[in-house]
Amino acid sequence: MAPVLEIQNLRKEFDAFTAVDTLNFQVEEGSFFSILGPSGCGKTTLLRMIAGFQEPTSGTLCIRGRDMSEVPPNRRPVNLVFQNLALFPMMNVQENIAFGLKRQGVGKDEIRKRVDAMLERVDLTGYGKKNISQLSGGQKQRVAIARSLVLEPSLLLLDEPLGALDLKLREQMKIELKKLQAEVGTTFMYITHDQSEALVMSDRVAVMNRGRFEQIDSPRNLYANPATRFVAGFVGETNILPVSVVSRSPLKVVTSFGLELQATQVNDSSSDELDLFIRPEAIILQHDGGGDDFNRFSLTVRNILFDGSNTKILATIGASDYELTVALPQNEQFAHIGKGDVIDAGVHLSSCRCYPREAA
Amino acid sequence: MKTHFRLGLFIFLTPVLLWLLLLIVVPHLELLMMSLQGKDDMGKAVWTFANYRHFFVEKIYWYTFVRTALYAITVTVLTFCVTFPVAFYITKVVSPKFSGFLTILLLMPFWVSELVRVYGWMILLRESGVINHLLVSSGLMDSPVEMLYNDISMLMGLVYTSMLFMVVPLISALEGMDDSLIEAAHDLGASPLTIFFRIIIPYAAPGITSGSIVVFMLALGNYLTPKLMGGKNSLWFTEQIYNEFIASFNWNQGAAFGFLLLALSSVIIWFGLKLSRQELGRALS
Amino acid sequence: MKKLFAVTTFALMGLALNVQAAESLKILTWKGYAPQELVEKFEKETGMKVELTFTNNEEMIAKLRATRGAGFDLAQPSQDRISSVQAEYKIYQPMDYNKIKSDQIIASMLEAVKKNTKVGEDSYGVPFCYGTSGLIVNTKLAPEAKDYSALLDEKYSGRISYRLKRPTLIGLAFASGDDPFAKYSDPTAYKALMDSVAEKMIAAKPYVKNYWSNGDALLEMVRSGEVSVAMGWDNGGWKLHGENPDIDFVAPKSGALGWIDTFAIPAKAKNVDGAYQWINFMLRPENAAVFSNTEKYATASKDAGQYLDAEVRDNISRSFTAADIDNIKWYPPVGAEIEQMEGKILDMVKAAN
Repeated sequence: MAPVLEIQNLRKEFDAFTAVDTLNFQVEEGSFFSILGPSGCGKTTLLRMIAGFQEPTSGTLCIRGRDMSEVPPNRRPVNLVFQNLALFPMMNVQENIAFGLKRQGVGKDEIRKRVDAMLERVDLTGYGKKNISQLSGGQKQRVAIARSLVLEPSLLLLDEPLGALDLKLREQMKIELKKLQAEVGTTFMYITHDQSEALVMSDRVAVMNRGRFEQIDSPRNLYANPATRFVAGFVGETNILPVSVVSRSPLKVVTSFGLELQATQVNDSSSDELDLFIRPEAIILQHDGGGDDFNRFSLTVRNILFDGSNTKILATIGASDYELTVALPQNEQFAHIGKGDVIDAGVHLSSCRCYPREAA
Repeated sequence: MKTHFRLGLFIFLTPVLLWLLLLIVVPHLELLMMSLQGKDDMGKAVWTFANYRHFFVEKIYWYTFVRTALYAITVTVLTFCVTFPVAFYITKVVSPKFSGFLTILLLMPFWVSELVRVYGWMILLRESGVINHLLVSSGLMDSPVEMLYNDISMLMGLVYTSMLFMVVPLISALEGMDDSLIEAAHDLGASPLTIFFRIIIPYAAPGITSGSIVVFMLALGNYLTPKLMGGKNSLWFTEQIYNEFIASFNWNQGAAFGFLLLALSSVIIWFGLKLSRQELGRALS
Repeated sequence: MKKLFAVTTFALMGLALNVQAAESLKILTWKGYAPQELVEKFEKETGMKVELTFTNNEEMIAKLRATRGAGFDLAQPSQDRISSVQAEYKIYQPMDYNKIKSDQIIASMLEAVKKNTKVGEDSYGVPFCYGTSGLIVNTKLAPEAKDYSALLDEKYSGRISYRLKRPTLIGLAFASGDDPFAKYSDPTAYKALMDSVAEKMIAAKPYVKNYWSNGDALLEMVRSGEVSVAMGWDNGGWKLHGENPDIDFVAPKSGALGWIDTFAIPAKAKNVDGAYQWINFMLRPENAAVFSNTEKYATASKDAGQYLDAEVRDNISRSFTAADIDNIKWYPPVGAEIEQMEGKILDMVKAAN
């Protein structure tokens, strides 16, 4: 299948600052594609270039095979759901949704039919005559998406649309959005700085940093096999220890406080100074079995962060002051753990991922 | 507790109520009574509607009113046309830091009195004035022409005097508008013209309405500018009221004219609100 | 805002206190009728504080009518605008001529004013100064402007200015060969006369540059050459003559309109003694001459002549022949219904296109 969006060597420079740095990627028809990155990484600039509000400095941008460089925003087959939604406050729900259809010159009856169908789709049947100010945050959200979706765009762009919602609603909307996308089959391109949003909803996620994509992958791969130090640090929680190489193949490293660990090298690097990344859930407590592939050490519990299914402990490793976050499995087995306890722990060498130390 | 609250409310409201009563209601009642009085043939004071009837019977009076009202409406429309791009530029185009500076520049002429501003225009426009001097000395014109004392210079003067009262509500209305609304409309397929008429104008409508009401009332009630800049053809309804009071000593007629001005301008505003489907409360809030 | 309010309040209170400190004399008068030099001299002599409000005949009446004669200690209406106003609104108090130093005043003028301002048994005015309305002409640009009819002459198109007030109507009525003053008593005939005058004014309206309302603004227009024929007061023409010999006051052939401005005491004046002192002070020959020399108006003070500048004496002899002086039309007292009628006619002229 042909890609909906195809981007080649796309660059955007503002004066001395490069916001988007020579990007190449494609978005497949019908997929939920997310761009995840910290604020200022250039993701909004990229989105605005796709929508047509900003002109690329160089490179091409094709939608369904058609070059978009000369096409103004109101003629592009993409629609954007704004961060602040940008619903028209002087129109009611119906008029908001009908706005784009009217511009296309769709007949009155047809408009009514399509607006009603759209309202039903986003679960807002009967809300057509309401004013925007009468809606709750989640309802506004749905109207904003409906307003764009009703135009049946080739590509729906969403600019952190959940940012303004409170946590509970955000969790709920994540699921709704994913369901909606599956139902309508429209390609969604979603940008966010919230990794959980990106991981939960997307088919593919591009992690963006300083105008470049660090990795484009499925959420699972992104989490399990981060390709770069940035991705490893940005996606998911992790513990970082500075280490020095003791031997290569098999890789052995030593921490500043003398703990030797077997590890996996991710990026080729000749540097002897590396950073070791360990996910909190990769550390297995009271580990006594296992083979030679396991690193073993002791932990001294400093604090317990109780958070239901997401409870963690903070513990120092070995004789050091380095604090690790360790996920606590949800069985009663560890209910007795208290502050000051010393526990044996282990971690498999494949979960000890080393990346070259970042130049400070 | 409740009586305390009542007392407090009473104390706070008293000055306002007194102000309203003594400075607005009472004088108006007296004017109203005056407007309903006249003299019979024997020179005795009687109650009569004659003062109001005169307005409708004597062609010159309602002619002057219609002329004044039409010009006031023209001034309102022109003021809007002139100030809207300015307000839009200040709020949406330039950087916020610069826009504050521009707003102050815009307000600066209004720190001096209307009289001074009008005289300023007169110095510029008169036959031996600055503009004529420049045009003649630069060879663009052979002899100076009189640019004052016609309807166009009067309209210009009125627009100039009214601009502030339109631009301030427009700026505050447009300032509240998120730029993303414009982009959203653009994104949904609207052309710039559609965006202007469907998004920007409706959004700024309360500001436009309140600005228009103020400008219309100010233009209608202006006395100085038409008299000084309009010259010989500029009979303005307020001047007629003034003449009735001052030149003809006919306070009864003047009071009736005053009330007619109040009533008719209210009717025009009501009609304008109906036409634009705006509500007074919303526009003034 | 609050601060502003507080400051204003204080300022007003300060003003009020100030006023109470020295006894004040509030005078409602025309611009130029109380030269600064004389005000200072009077204040030094009497210790009173003089407060001036400048206005014109119509506003003077309206102001006093609104307060029923309160708020001012002395007013200076024209003599023809006193009796009918007094009869209807009772805004002045009878003049006590025993308190006036009548030997300072031209006797015939005092008598005429007494007669013209009489209502019932009492009279209300003391003459202060007199003058005429006529033409202010730039004789180089409009050498043939000799009568009011020049104000309607196409020859001077765009160079004409006059006041849209009753003197213009009356002047033009005289120029048409009629005598409007004789018709004061017959409103119907008077209206017919004025309607015909208005008709001519409307027909000649395109030639008018503008209707002036401020004397200084008129003089400025004549001075700059924008206006070459105007109707105005003699002193204005004479002032300009001093700057530019081409400009002068011309007594119209059908007669300059003569007016006498007076002193009259409002009904509820607080400082009546001060008012009488001011009247006697202003008519003292050397003081009257100061006024005449600066403003070029002729004074009602009998012996001021010896103190007058030669220029002021020349003005009169240059603009008026003996016959012109005999031909001056002095305004008789005018009734309210006449003024109302004129008001409407003037509105019509202004509204016409």
